[in-house]
Amino acid sequence: MDTMLSAFGNMIKSFSDWVTIIFDAPSSRAIVLGVPIRGHLLVEGLLFVVILFLLSQKSYKPPKRPLTKKEVDELCDEWVPEPLIPAITEEMKYEPPVLESAAGPHTIINGKDVLNFTSANYLGLLGHEKLQDSCTKSLEKYGVGSCGPRGFYGTIDVHLDCEARIAKFLGTYDSILYSYGLSTLFSTIPAFCKKGDLVVVDEGVHWGIQNGLHLSRSTIVYFKHNDMKSLQSILENVTHDNKRAKKLRRYIIVEAVYQNSGQITPLDDIIRLKEKYRFRVILDESNSIGVLGSTGRGLTEHYKVPIEKVDIVTAAMGHALATEGGFCTGSARVIDHQRLSSSGYVFSASLPPYLASAAITAIDVLEENPNLITKLKANIATLRKGLSDVQGLELVSDPESPVVFLTLKKSAGSMKADLQVLDDIADNLLKEHSVFVATSKRSTVDKCKLPAGIRFYVSAAHTETDLEKACESLKKATALILAGQ
Amino acid sequence: MDLRRLRSSPPPHPPDQNAAAAVIIKMITIPYVTALTTYFSYGLLFAFGQLRDFFRKIFDWWSKSTLQGYAPICLGLEDFYIRRLYLRIQDCFNRPISSSPDAWFDVVERVSNDNNKTLLRTTKVNRCLNLGSYNYLGFAAADEYCTPRVIESLKKFSPSTCSTRVDGGTTTLHAELEECVASFLGKQAAVVFGMGYVTNSAILPVLMGKGSLIISDSLNHNSIVNGARGSGATVRVFQHNTPSHLEKVLREQIAEGQPRTHRPWKKIMVVVEGIYSMEGELCQLPEIVSICKKHKAYVYLDEAHSIGAVGKSGRGVCELLGVDTSDVDIMMGTFTKSFGSCGGYIAGSQELIQFLKYTCPAHLYATSISPPAAQQIISSIKVLLGEDGSSRGAQKLAKIRENSNFFRSELQKMGFEVLGDNDSPVMPIMLYNPAKIPAFSRECLKRNVAVVTVAFPATPLLLARARICISAAHSREDLVKALEVISTVGDLVGIKYFPAEPKKQQLEGDRVKLE
Ligand SMILES: Cc1ncc(COP(=O)(O)O)c(C=O)c1O
Repeated sequence: MDTMLSAFGNMIKSFSDWVTIIFDAPSSRAIVLGVPIRGHLLVEGLLFVVILFLLSQKSYKPPKRPLTKKEVDELCDEWVPEPLIPAITEEMKYEPPVLESAAGPHTIINGKDVLNFTSANYLGLLGHEKLQDSCTKSLEKYGVGSCGPRGFYGTIDVHLDCEARIAKFLGTYDSILYSYGLSTLFSTIPAFCKKGDLVVVDEGVHWGIQNGLHLSRSTIVYFKHNDMKSLQSILENVTHDNKRAKKLRRYIIVEAVYQNSGQITPLDDIIRLKEKYRFRVILDESNSIGVLGSTGRGLTEHYKVPIEKVDIVTAAMGHALATEGGFCTGSARVIDHQRLSSSGYVFSASLPPYLASAAITAIDVLEENPNLITKLKANIATLRKGLSDVQGLELVSDPESPVVFLTLKKSAGSMKADLQVLDDIADNLLKEHSVFVATSKRSTVDKCKLPAGIRFYVSAAHTETDLEKACESLKKATALILAGQ
Repeated sequence: MDLRRLRSSPPPHPPDQNAAAAVIIKMITIPYVTALTTYFSYGLLFAFGQLRDFFRKIFDWWSKSTLQGYAPICLGLEDFYIRRLYLRIQDCFNRPISSSPDAWFDVVERVSNDNNKTLLRTTKVNRCLNLGSYNYLGFAAADEYCTPRVIESLKKFSPSTCSTRVDGGTTTLHAELEECVASFLGKQAAVVFGMGYVTNSAILPVLMGKGSLIISDSLNHNSIVNGARGSGATVRVFQHNTPSHLEKVLREQIAEGQPRTHRPWKKIMVVVEGIYSMEGELCQLPEIVSICKKHKAYVYLDEAHSIGAVGKSGRGVCELLGVDTSDVDIMMGTFTKSFGSCGGYIAGSQELIQFLKYTCPAHLYATSISPPAAQQIISSIKVLLGEDGSSRGAQKLAKIRENSNFFRSELQKMGFEVLGDNDSPVMPIMLYNPAKIPAFSRECLKRNVAVVTVAFPATPLLLARARICISAAHSREDLVKALEVISTVGDLVGIKYFPAEPKKQQLEGDRVKLE
């Protein structure tokens, strides 16, 4: 190091000596082409040359030394991945009760007849003779699966008939069938919302919507669960002074009847706000088709809002229609766009034809028997009356909702603790009283923060005694479990 | 010119992190003139489309917008492809049928009164040979063993449970199905869902998350892409079916760790498919598995098209290529293809399945798989295993293999550019030119052969193709007829990109004449 420094010093010294010699040299005062060459000009010339030289050089970069093969090998050897899944805890080993017969209002578990409130078979169409018949005919004619996506010979005439039937029933232009209820929303949303679009959504929506929103990469703003004031202030905030908002596609996404709480969206308010702030509405009618409104046409009929005012309506058919799959319905634009742009539609095999036949028949039966809806409404009222005074539990669902939802009056401290208490109650109900109810389940990827609860899916096929028994049993079970706390 | 060879050789230049690289490599194999004319055709279509859009805009401006402060619901360019390209040939897609998708089926005729903008169904049907459905084992139609049992289950359990698996949607059939699938695959346990697409897109987010890495084949199915995207994990792509590139990406990623922070990855999962449905290729599974083992990455294998269709006893690519299923951490597959039903499964270790059943949203929130569909799967697996007391299963498996290899070799002899590997029942025939898509499809249909043509967005823009799916339900006469028709149409449309091999009989015939 020292030797290098001294060598460098010597160099500078000899260079300055050299420069002085040049200055002192007579030639520096020479006259070239009539211009006297002075010493400073020479220095400037030299400087100029140096600058040019420097400019022509690449800018300085720290030398990039890629890892050697050996280093990469070592890193690869050292790397220890986490296990694929976390350690299995006791609660993960939960196995649900296994049904030994159809999931009707009564079913058989462990050889015992139990009263079933876990099946969203609102109209009691499960096992309906006409549905069974149409399924059998369809199975014989078309086989079970469709063996192809809609684009590639997976379109069977019953699919088209079913789409037309749904559109006719709801009074829309057209509809589009999905092969699974859950995939409906998480395909529809990304088909219409893209990066940069603005979506205002209820915080209590189910995972299908959450996942759709995540996939769409839109800007998402949550409003308080079913709180129209919160919605209004958010709409005001996001549109106020925001010129860009005008150019974006803007959506409000709500569920008609919330799976996670049994509350009903006040559609009239939503429509008023939507028109004021110029948002489009995506409405999930999974739990309201066949239930709300005097003829079962869903939330729009319930609020007497023309269905055209709601831009996109979706629903799963595994509820009141007692089949499977899902649909989306709306204007020609909305539907045609999805036929090429909706991933769950384009890239998946179509709905098994017998399920489409069942859906057609279910709508026929519903139209022929409006008394089913009356019966369902009466049943909901009866059950709610019986459940209104259960010690320690609170009814939070809407009076008209077929999802009757009860939460703990006093939380046990955390979501997990709450769920434990609720599960104990449900367990007791099934074991001691032969009443089968469901509690909220939350996936680790679900972002919904609403409190957990016990859920009764009411059916028109439940009898008065069924409902009375359920209420009595719940009171006893709750008292027993809460006393043990 | 051999695509397969080209693609499996190591890439000549450093890899891109997107599909484009793989496409470029494949594009090299397109004959130069073909590529040029294809570009030209698309250019022309695009130019005309833009012109028409321009007039449309003027017209719209004239007649005032009806949007009243809303942004258009379908964005201009997003929509352009549909309006100006797809609509012209939409009669080649979504053709409705009015029978089961068996070896022969009834295709409903459609007419258009407005230049293909809308198509109306007529009551006329055409009986066509079906080369489009994923009916690999012929279980799509009513079956002597399966159908009575399916109807029995329908009577017992109704078409739906109207409930999720964790609530009240688990019947004895569901339990039986899961056991049946697990033992068929040689795994400890399995869980089933009502849709294959959802299986992929709901499982990946549960297993992978922030700080983990998914390395995905560049041509993986959309459900995997969506699942990976939904998981929040970092996604890297390796060149289609190229183990050497996979290893390169893996080593690079392990060495570098997470972007910016350079923390080591939490876990890495490699996602591949058994048979690529648009390529007809078998996965290079043995190589990929050994690379993953070496680098401690987990393997996720999607057997949508291979389960039931290949392997001596129909157990998929693992059986065909001699991979121990215990080396594949997560085995996924669907029942929509070989089994002629609906739904998908995940098979793996006991703990994995317990965890998934505890937290997977598709298990918690989605209606359980329809009981008759579950029965169809159980019955068809029983037929495959010979548990129905006949040898039909073994015959079906032998038939599909024989059919596929016969058909593939004949197509190649005729000079078509056929992608994919032997034993795979999926065989794409390259068309390239956009005008050849409808031409091929319509001409085949005219001759009562229904084929699938695939174009963008399912394939890269330049690589339009027709796709043949062979079934065990096809008889030799069916296949011979299909070959005749495809050959005639191939000449007509001009897609025999290779010189044909001289036919043996022809040569012999000539000799006879000479004598
Ligand atoms: C590789 C792959 N995975 C998943 C799926 C989706 O399966 P399904 O049609 O049952 O939704 C498909 C179907 O096309 C596929 O090819």
